[in-house]
Amino acid sequence: MRPVIPYVVAALLFGLGVFGVLRRRNAVLVLMSVELMLNAVNLILVTADTTARAALPHGGQVFTLFVIVLAAAEIGVGLAIVLQLYRLRATVDTDDVPLDGGQERPQGGVA
Amino acid sequence: MTAADVLLLALGAVAVGAATLVVTTRHLVRAGLYLVLCLGAVAGLFLVLTAELVAWVQVLIYVGAVVVLLLFAVMLTRAPIGASDDLDRPGWPAAVIGGGVGLGLAALLIDAFRWTKVELPEPGTAESLGTEIFRSWVLPFELLSVLLLAALVGAIVLARPEIGRRR
Repeated sequence: MRPVIPYVVAALLFGLGVFGVLRRRNAVLVLMSVELMLNAVNLILVTADTTARAALPHGGQVFTLFVIVLAAAEIGVGLAIVLQLYRLRATVDTDDVPLDGGQERPQGGVA
Repeated sequence: MTAADVLLLALGAVAVGAATLVVTTRHLVRAGLYLVLCLGAVAGLFLVLTAELVAWVQVLIYVGAVVVLLLFAVMLTRAPIGASDDLDRPGWPAAVIGGGVGLGLAALLIDAFRWTKVELPEPGTAESLGTEIFRSWVLPFELLSVLLLAALVGAIVLARPEIGRRR
């Protein structure tokens, strides 16, 4: 088994996830891209379990399970935030999120 | 080139292709369905890498729960069903950064593992992984249960309807 194949697949998945997070404007699609990145990390960990001989056996796979649990918690809280954003603003466009405490700027005013 | 290598190549191609469609498609619902394909292919990679338990947990939690949650979010935010043009920003800075990260990491890993060949380890069955978790990783495991509870309560509190109401 050549470990370079899953390693390269994981690197490409991570790059695609970074691309999606930066490019996508819809918050749900941004969360999907974050899931791609987390999966790339999981693939790296599982592959490292075959190449690195650690003191504890199966350390990489145990860490993968932990990362999957963290991803489940992250997606729950993230989607709650997205739904609240939709309820407040009627949009999930990340470009429309105000970054200064939610105060509407006066029209024509200088930021 | 063994059978495991061929399987890894095929499943990896499916995963990368589906991930490309996830980040480029103009249909929101299709992005979720391509994500199912990508996560399923990664679960197949886990199986070939003898991580049995992780593969089934991936299918249960990612493909089962996370994607269903994402599709629920797509529906609850009244996303358009057809193709929509306003999903993306102009693409080239994201393409430069994402491509740089992906290809840079790939180059590093190819440089490190180019001719390496390893034997597949003994399979990570539920029994061996459970022994390992409850022998060496008990404290992180218990901390994770506290974190899951905190995330659950936090998500419920965040999603309450009266938060956004104008007073």
